[in-house]
This record gives sequence, structure tokens and C-alpha cells, in this order.
Amino acid sequence: MGNKQTVFAHEQLEAYQDCTFFTRKEIMRLFYRYQDLAPQLVPLDYTSCPDVKVPYELIGSMPELKDNPFRQRIAQVFSEDGDGHMTLDNFLDMFSVMSEMAPRDLKAYYAFKIYDFNNDGYICAWDLEQTVTKLTRGELSTEEVSLVCEKVLDEADGDHDGRLSLEDFQNMILRAPDFLSTFHIRI
Amino acid sequence: MAQPLNFVLNVPETPEEHSSQEPSPYDENEVHDSFHQLIQEQSQWVAEEGLELQQREPGAGGPKTSGCGQHALPGPEDALAHSAATLRVLASMPSRTIGRSRGAVICQYYNRSVRLRRRVSRPELKGVGRSARPSLRLYDLELDPAALQEEEKRFLLVKELEGLPVAQRNHMLRGMPLGLAEKRCLREETQTPKEKQRGRQGPHGLFPCCGRLRDACVLALHNLGLGLLGGLHALRPWHYALKQIGGQFGSSVLSYFLFLKTLLAFNALLLLPLLAFIVGVQAAFPPPAPPGSVPSFTGLELLTGGGRFTHTVLYYGYYSNSTVSQPCVPPSGGGQCSREADSLPYSMPLAYLFTVGLAFFITCITLVYSMSHSFGESYRVGSTSGVHAVTVFCSWDHKVTQRRASRLQHDNIRTHLKELLAEWQRRRGSQSACGRLRRVAVRGLVWLLSLGTTLGCTVAVYAFSELMIKSPVSVEQEGALLALPVVVCLLNLGAPYLFRCLAALERHDSPVLEVYVAVCRNLILKMVILGILCYHWLGRRVGTLKDQCWENFVGQELYRLMVLDFIFVLLDTLFGELVWRLISEKQLKRREKPEFDIAGNVLELIYGQTLTWLGVLFSPLLPAIQIVKLLLIFYVKKTSLRANCQAPRRPWLASHMSTVFISLLCFPSFLGAAVFLCFAVWRVKPSSTCGPFRSLNSMYEAGKVWVRHLEEAGPRVSWLPWVHRYLVENTFPVYLVSALLLAVIYLHIQVVKGQRRVICLLKEQISNEGEDKVFLINKLHSVYERKERSRAGRTQEAERLTDDPDAW
Repeated sequence: MGNKQTVFAHEQLEAYQDCTFFTRKEIMRLFYRYQDLAPQLVPLDYTSCPDVKVPYELIGSMPELKDNPFRQRIAQVFSEDGDGHMTLDNFLDMFSVMSEMAPRDLKAYYAFKIYDFNNDGYICAWDLEQTVTKLTRGELSTEEVSLVCEKVLDEADGDHDGRLSLEDFQNMILRAPDFLSTFHIRI
Repeated sequence: MAQPLNFVLNVPETPEEHSSQEPSPYDENEVHDSFHQLIQEQSQWVAEEGLELQQREPGAGGPKTSGCGQHALPGPEDALAHSAATLRVLASMPSRTIGRSRGAVICQYYNRSVRLRRRVSRPELKGVGRSARPSLRLYDLELDPAALQEEEKRFLLVKELEGLPVAQRNHMLRGMPLGLAEKRCLREETQTPKEKQRGRQGPHGLFPCCGRLRDACVLALHNLGLGLLGGLHALRPWHYALKQIGGQFGSSVLSYFLFLKTLLAFNALLLLPLLAFIVGVQAAFPPPAPPGSVPSFTGLELLTGGGRFTHTVLYYGYYSNSTVSQPCVPPSGGGQCSREADSLPYSMPLAYLFTVGLAFFITCITLVYSMSHSFGESYRVGSTSGVHAVTVFCSWDHKVTQRRASRLQHDNIRTHLKELLAEWQRRRGSQSACGRLRRVAVRGLVWLLSLGTTLGCTVAVYAFSELMIKSPVSVEQEGALLALPVVVCLLNLGAPYLFRCLAALERHDSPVLEVYVAVCRNLILKMVILGILCYHWLGRRVGTLKDQCWENFVGQELYRLMVLDFIFVLLDTLFGELVWRLISEKQLKRREKPEFDIAGNVLELIYGQTLTWLGVLFSPLLPAIQIVKLLLIFYVKKTSLRANCQAPRRPWLASHMSTVFISLLCFPSFLGAAVFLCFAVWRVKPSSTCGPFRSLNSMYEAGKVWVRHLEEAGPRVSWLPWVHRYLVENTFPVYLVSALLLAVIYLHIQVVKGQRRVICLLKEQISNEGEDKVFLINKLHSVYERKERSRAGRTQEAERLTDDPDAW
């Protein structure tokens, strides 16, 4: 039953399998997807752990991500330096968290980071405005956007400090059973 | 039990000291002036309240504040220098480190694994704390001089992880919100040497030799398991098709297809015991052929289920009522056939009864388990409103990958947000009593009309069935038997359209409620019609078909209903979707495609499944037919969806609706079928000319006869008759079990009530803590400002003295 693959050493594949929610076959399939993005850049032999980053433009043009309004934030959150250029580890991590086996808390943690546009550890009103604008492609008026943000803060802000902390966000996610099915990318 | 923490506030005397401490977050490149805004807001608020504070120097040029909906006044210029110290303290608050510090995550997981280890019993992984925030009790504050460094904590975490079994360790690693490279390092460090060796051996393993034989076997088994799992994942049927559907239409339409897949699994589960114990055995040992010629195969059998199909494994009447034994085949020499004295005592009546019972029992357990699992995922205690937050954060479906579908999603979300805002504004305005009364009246009228339609349909079915009984059908006119199923299917198809027209009259506050109401009405219609049909079969048909095989007839009726239901679903797809799209494109010149009616289609599936469960007793191969039907429906619906439909415009709570679908499958559908089955087994006299129960008064008697047989067999199995007499036939245990069940349900309700109250109290507490925090920040700010002011005052004094020494 062993695969005769030469991309990874056996321990590497085992490590990936233990640290993500994917099986061996899925990891190989994901590797080939990653390699297809930039065939000249990504070597076919990862046993020596080469330091290769696929630039954000190629990641953002994947069919699974190209119509997603949050693709830039997703790539930034999962990339190493926050600039959207992803190594294979980042790539696997991203799809592992967005797969259907990931638990709710893990998804909520990363969702929080994605919606935190200014990376300050809180979702403030400005972050909310950015989120709503991206969601509606700018088709709501300014007053409507601010009204929506106000209502969101009213509903979700537990300690009334004007912004959402991670706990507020997780509390709110608990009330949304759809979160697990919408925060999911099939690959 | 809380120990008071020792707070030591170290206020620096001179601002030059700040270079030796950690850099102020304000010096960093990343933008996060939320604290600054907060301080400004609070200063302004406090100044307005007239509490004790210094005078603010009016200044210009506030720090860069990004556009906010709130009024962000430009603060005084000096506030920059003042609040740097405050910001420094605030930067080291525990909650600030979330998302920025690996150390916090590592510490928190170290503590979690310590708690795991300290528990005596086997820890359950589900119960581990939900929050990723290090709570004050477990995280060592930086003010605490005995705080461990990040490296030491990491070392401790590694040690803890080493102590866990591999499966738990992997589970914990997967759930950690760290990067993959970091996780691999942790895994590398926590592997014991034995595991390292096992890993290094690779997939092929060394040749087994003394000490390594066990390891090699374990490794081989491990790889076999992984390979099987990988194969299973690859075999996941329709993975790519479902991905396309989800990408084009979203989670809501996908939930219909996933429900179809679930039904396939249930039918396969139902079919396996039936095939193994009843159908297979009877097919291998066929009973003697009945007298008379076997009718030839005409195409009509596929629709009516009679004719050629009557005396086959398909129906109840084929099964023998004796012990199945080896058929006697005389050798070609014309000699006598020597019967073997001992054949396996495989009694077909008993097998039939027990296998059907077992299949239903397994289905029941699986249904209840999946329903409770679904409930656990979608309903939470204290989940009240919060619809705006949920819409903003959870409504974007990341599965959608096509441009057009993605644009549709944008539109849907925008419409939904607008509707929410409009509703909120409308609710703020006063509602006239007259308007409310009118709405209630309209709703009552529509409900009355719907129930009236249902009643009308029921009476029609009843009248038609009585007509069918009065005019018996001869063997040549088998096609006339199709009349009743056609009428039933027409009513099932037409009435929902009528309900939809009626529902256009009433306007509900929330679109989700509309869907629930539509589902309710359709369900009532279908269940009442099925109820009438069941009465018709078990109540009337049994009487009129006294000397014939009534079970065969009922089995054939259900077969006919299933086949015609499938044909009508195809017709509905054709006319409802394809023709509608053509009309709307050509005639009405609209580019809008018809919406995919999720609720209606799901109810169709539930109805079909109810028919299967009703008919299993009389036609053991019905689940196989249902499987074929579901497969065909999948492909037809998928093709029609891609060609003709668009996703529904209304917001659809996919997981709530999945829960609702599974519960509808369990409660009216399965329960009704089980009641029908029990009635047929216990109360109705089986026909005397066919089937495995032909000589008995009721099907259940086969079991009683067997128990009596066991009693006579000897004392070795005497516990079974005892169990039967005192636990099954006696009614007292039933009452006891029901009473216990009611008590457990009551306790659970009380527990949920208590949890709700606790949640309210905790929310209040969080709110109070928030106020405390703001107050303390404010105080901190005022303390620093006072210090700055006094320092500035002293410096000015010193300057004046040096400038003008004669002042004194």
C-alpha cells in the first residue's frame, strides 16, 4: 500500500499527516496543486526543505479563491510574514484550517485574525466597516454601513469597550451554527 | 479561593527611561490606535461629566485616526507624549497578546495539557476549554517577577506532550492555532525514540527479525489502515460533483444533495440485513412453484409490480413458512434422493420477523444518533438574537467559486442587510393595532384555506379508494390499478403549488419563517394522505381480499406508489424548471431563472423514504428500488439544476434546516412507519395462502411459538422464555421505562434553564468588568498626565531660575 512518491521523505509526509487534517493522498494532491501554481518556482523534490514562496498574485488567482472578497486577508493571515506570499507549509495550513474537519475554535481563531484588518488583536469599528464594504462590494451607503457596524457592536460586544475581542467573537460564533459550513473551502 | 494578585505599579519618573523599557507600541509600524482613541473618548467623556481631571490643552493635529463612524476629536498634541507611557502599560495587558504572541498560545496549551494530565480519569478531548485567551488565573502576568520565559514554557509544553498517547498528542497538535512549521518542530521534539525509529523505517519496513517482529506487524497494520482510509476518501462518491454544486449554488442547495446522500446510506443500511438473511437465503432455496402458468413478461410489470413479478423474491408471498432445508435433487440415475437427517434449523418465519425488526431497530438508532448530533451542532443554550453580527461574519460562503454565483452572494447579503435595517427601523416605529389585526386575520385565513385544501385532498383520496374497492379489477386490467397512485401523486404535486400561491398573500416578518410554514403545510398534507392510504390497506383491503394474498397486494401498491412518485418527480423537474425557464426567457424576456425549491424537494425525498419504510415488511427488496431511484434523482436534479435554476434569494440557514430535515425524517416519517409496522405485526391476521406466517393468527405469534418451543427444549435456555414472559409481555416494564425517560427529560430541561440564567449573569459580569477596565485606563492616564505636568512644571521653574537669577 505504500506510495512510490519521491517528493517528500517518509517522515515529512507523516509529519504533515499528523499536523494537518489531511490524509497522505490529500497532501500529495495539495502539493501538486501548489506546484501547478508556479511550476518553475516550486521544485518537485521537497526532501531538502527548500525555502520557496509562491507570490500572492498566483495564490489569489486560484479558482477556489479568486472570487472570494477576503482572499487577500486570508493569504496574509496564513503567510509567514503577513504579506501574502506563501510557502508550502502555509498553503497546507490554510487549507487544513479551512477544511471541514477543523474544529470550531480553530476556525474561529483564524476568522478573527482575518477580519482584524489592522492586526491589532481587536475588531474595531474600522475593521467592521472594511468587512461590510467588502461583503457588499461597496453597494451600501455610508450611513447604512455605519448603522450595521453599530448594531454588530451592540450585539456582540460583551464588555462594551467599543470593539470585539477574541472572546466576544467566539461567543458570537457559538450562536451561529452555520459558521462551520460557511467557513469551509473545498479543495 | 482567588488569591489577591500583587499589583505594583511602577510609574517612571522621567520619560527618558522609556528607552530602556520595551518600545511603546506606538513606535511600531503597525497601525493600532484603538487604545489611543479609547483614551481620547474616555477623556472627553470624563471632562464632560465634570469629574476630577486636568485641563486639556486645546491643540491641533491629533494623531492619525482612521475614518470612524464615531466622533473622534483631534486630541491635544501633548497627548502623544503623555499617553505613550500609558500605552506601554496597556501593551502588556494579557488580552493584548492574542494573535501577536506565540508565547501566549504556547503557554495556554501547556496549561491545557497539564490539566489533561492531572485528571484521574481518561480526559475527554471535547471538554477542553474553548477559549484561546490565557485566563488571568493561568497566565503568569509580566508583573509577576517569577514569570517563566517563553522558551521555558515551550520546553515544559514539549515535556507534557511527550507524556500523552500519540492519538491525543496529534489531536492537540492539529487543534493548536500555530503555524505548520512550528507544529512540525513540536512534533519532532515530542516524538519518543521508538516512534522515530518506526518512522524512519519507512513504508516497507525491515524484514522482521526477533525483537522487531511486533513493530513491523504494527507498522504494516497501521499502513493498511491508512491505505484503506485513503481509499475510502477517494471513493467518496460525487466529491467533485458536490464541490461544483457548492461552488455554483452555495451551501443551501448543497444541503439538499447531502441529505440525498444521507438517505442513500440509510437505505443501504436497511438493505444489508434483509439481503443477507431473507432474500439471499430464499433465493438460494426457492420454494415450489405455485399451480398455474407463470404469466409472461410485459412492460407493464415495471409500473404495476404485478404480473411476472408477483411470485418473485420481491414480495412477501414468495417466502416459505417452513424451515429452509436442502432441496431434494434426485440423481440422474432415477434413484431415490437421500435426505440428510439434520438440516440447519433456519426457520424462515422467525428470520423474516427478526430481520425486519433488527433492520428497523438499527435504522432507529442511527436516525436518533444523527438527529442528536445535528441538534448538538446547531442549537445552543442562550442563542438569542445577534442576527446582524452573524450576517456580517458568517454569511459569506467560502465554498462559492464561480463569478456569477459569487456576485449573487454579494447581492443576497446586501439585500439581507438592507432588509434587517429596514425591519429594525420599522420596529422602532409604532405598529398600529389595526395593521396587526389585519395581518393576523390574513394569516388565519390562509391557514384555514390550506387546511381546507388538505381536507379536500384527503376526502378525494378516501372516496377514490372506496371506489376502487367497490369495482374490483380483473387480472387483464392490471393497468387500472394505477389509477389510485396516479391520483395520489397528482394531489401531492398540485397542492404545494396552491400552497405557494396562498402564501404569496400573507407576508411574514422573517423569510425563514416563511420556509418553515411552507414545510409545515406540505408535511401535513403528505402525512394525512399516507395515513388515509394506510387505513385503506390495513383496514379495508384486508377485509376484501380474504382468500387471496393481501400482503402481496399491499406490497404491489407501495411499489406502484414509489415508481409513479419517481415519474412525477421527473415530470415536475421537467415542467417546473425547464419549461418555466424557457417561458420566462422567451415570452417574458426575463433573464431570471427559477429558484431551486429546496423545501419542496426535500419533502419529496422524505415522502419517498416513508413509502420505503412502510413497504419493507411486505416487499423486502423495496430499499433496493429506493436506492436506484435516489441515484437517478441525484443525476436528474443535478443536471436540471445546472441548466435551469439559480440559488434561492432568501437567506437560508443551512445547518438549522439540515437539523429540521433529519428531525422530520425521524418524527413523522420513521415513527409513522414504525407504528404501521407494529400494527401490521401485532394486530392483523396474515393471509392463509401465502407468506411465511400463513398458519398463524398474527405475525408476532411466530415469536411466541418459538419461545414456547424453547421452553420445552430444556432448562438450558430457560432464561429466554422468562425474559419474554416478564419483560416483553408484561406491561409494567414499559411503564417503568417511560417514567424514567420522562424524569430524565425533565431534569435536562431544568439544567438548560439553569444554564440560561448563568449565561445572563455572566454577561452582566463581563459588562461590569469592561466598565472597570475603562475606568482603570482612565485613572492610569490621569496619573501619568499629572506626573508629566508636575515634571513639566518643575522644568519650567528650573529654566526660569537659570534665565533670570535675579528673580528671587
